Amino acid sequence: MNNTLEISQPQIQSGFGRFLQWFKTPRGRRTITGYLFISPFILGVFFWVLYPALMAAWLTFQQWNLITPPKFVGLQNFETMFADSLFWQALKVTSIYTFFSVPMGLVLSFILALLINTKMRGIAFFRTIYYLPSIVPAVASAVLWAWIYNTDFGLINGILSYFGIAKVAWLQETAYALPALILMSLWSAGQAMIIFLAGLQGIDEIYYEAAKIDGAGRWSQMVNITIPMMSSVIFFNLILGIINSFQIFTAGYLMTNGGPQNATLFYVLFLYRVGFQYLKMGYAAALSWVLFFIILILTLIVFKTVGRRVYYQ
Amino acid sequence: MTTENAQLTVQRQIRETTGKNRIKGDALFRGIILVILCLGAVIMIAPFAFLLSSSLKVETQVFQFPIQWIPNPVRWLNYVDSLTQKPFHLYFQNTMIIVLLNQVAILVSASLVGYGFARIDFPGRNFWFGVALATMMLPYYVTMVPQFILFSRLGWMDGFLPLTVPYFFGGGAFNVFLFRQFFRTLPEDLSDAARMDGCSEFEIYWRIFVPLSTSVFITVSIFTFMASWNDFIGPLLYINSPEKFTIALGLSTYRSMMGVGRTRWDLLMAASVAMTTPIVILFFILQRYFIKGVVMSGIKG
Repeated sequence: MNNTLEISQPQIQSGFGRFLQWFKTPRGRRTITGYLFISPFILGVFFWVLYPALMAAWLTFQQWNLITPPKFVGLQNFETMFADSLFWQALKVTSIYTFFSVPMGLVLSFILALLINTKMRGIAFFRTIYYLPSIVPAVASAVLWAWIYNTDFGLINGILSYFGIAKVAWLQETAYALPALILMSLWSAGQAMIIFLAGLQGIDEIYYEAAKIDGAGRWSQMVNITIPMMSSVIFFNLILGIINSFQIFTAGYLMTNGGPQNATLFYVLFLYRVGFQYLKMGYAAALSWVLFFIILILTLIVFKTVGRRVYYQ
Repeated sequence: MTTENAQLTVQRQIRETTGKNRIKGDALFRGIILVILCLGAVIMIAPFAFLLSSSLKVETQVFQFPIQWIPNPVRWLNYVDSLTQKPFHLYFQNTMIIVLLNQVAILVSASLVGYGFARIDFPGRNFWFGVALATMMLPYYVTMVPQFILFSRLGWMDGFLPLTVPYFFGGGAFNVFLFRQFFRTLPEDLSDAARMDGCSEFEIYWRIFVPLSTSVFITVSIFTFMASWNDFIGPLLYINSPEKFTIALGLSTYRSMMGVGRTRWDLLMAASVAMTTPIVILFFILQRYFIKGVVMSGIKG
């Protein structure tokens, strides 16, 4: 008895003691304090990212309306999805929206940034004006644009009437509703413009001076210096634009409510309806995963195709 | 020799003449740019002007065609009507509660985490920072459904908890990222000197880094304000009782409720102006930080 006590006690102490000693070393201290500092983030990842992601993975195989107990249905949610014409419609609408609004927005914001980049007095005024629309809350801007597109008393038809063009029911006709929302998205090109502007101001004057000595004109400078030097910023805005436009919700929900005849049924709006109006949690979770993979794959494709041409300084 | 000299003078002449042309061309070029800038400004401003003018019109004048740009008479009472027709003061109060809680949550937790990533060298740091970057890529809508279920299980429905509590945990990867980038630019000598004096890591963060980083705190604070003030899907999902509505949610009901009868566009526009004005004022006061924030997100992102 005596013997074992004598042997085992120091052993226990040495385990804890070693930890204490390690804690006293600079490396040990740094490890502990480092993890203490980032602990809120680690907990957050577990609570609000990892747990929901795992739960979504589990949900995709269930049928659940939040009231009766969930029922395992295997891959049925995906079968429903691929047979659901509304899913394909939502995918189509969102793709068309992205395909037009992202490149148009990029070109417009790039041009605006070039214009703003000229050294002129009062240029800050224009910068402010162009940026201002992008800070308008999405709800306020949806309400405002619903009024601008109003058939009888709206701004657009008002301006068109000066040219003798007949009234168009912008948000009530299937052919016009989606283009109207694409046009509206261009109003907030100011955000990307600011990012472009910062990029333009980061290009060294030396390149332009050298080009001028070689007799390069404005167009040649643009094609051979500005655009290559800006390629990483353009690429960043492109990726961000795709990710954001695939998540458009508020405009479709408030202005057209997906209509007319599902012409503006955006993916997230469809997801919202399935989950929170029809209470099909399993189906909604499956849609979430598909959205995630679509965005991931699109980003990867852009990285592989466009990303190769990007010049990093 | 002579031919070379002649060539040089010719070249010089060419350069001089093209130089002159370039100056003339420059003036013309600038003129064209100015015209385009003005046109663009008119297009960008027109929706604002239309909004403001509609919000001040008598209802009959709203429905006048062609559009009357200057309201006559100017009806300021629209704002009173619009903001008293619904409990707008409650919406404002609710929004401010959420905004303030999120400010505290994000400024404290994101700066602490950002400091940890920027200034403390511990094993696994790069891994966790990679995780942070990965969550930044994760769209909100992907976790929307399971988060909804999680919050309903916690019994947090119809309250502000789902809209605030998550931000106490790291305050969003993007904000962490902004803090980290800023903290990394401060010289290491500062920390070393403080350590010599026996400061703990938290004291270095609190006494040295926080006071030196007001600009990034203001930037993140602006982003936080905008995000909570403008958030629509969050309140839409988690708040049901009208007395708990935020401004964004309240504004959205102005339309659908009135959709039953005729929409009072004059009042709707007045409410929209009321929601937008604080943001615009904030922008004009803190413009520098707005721009800085957008640029930081873009260039280093």
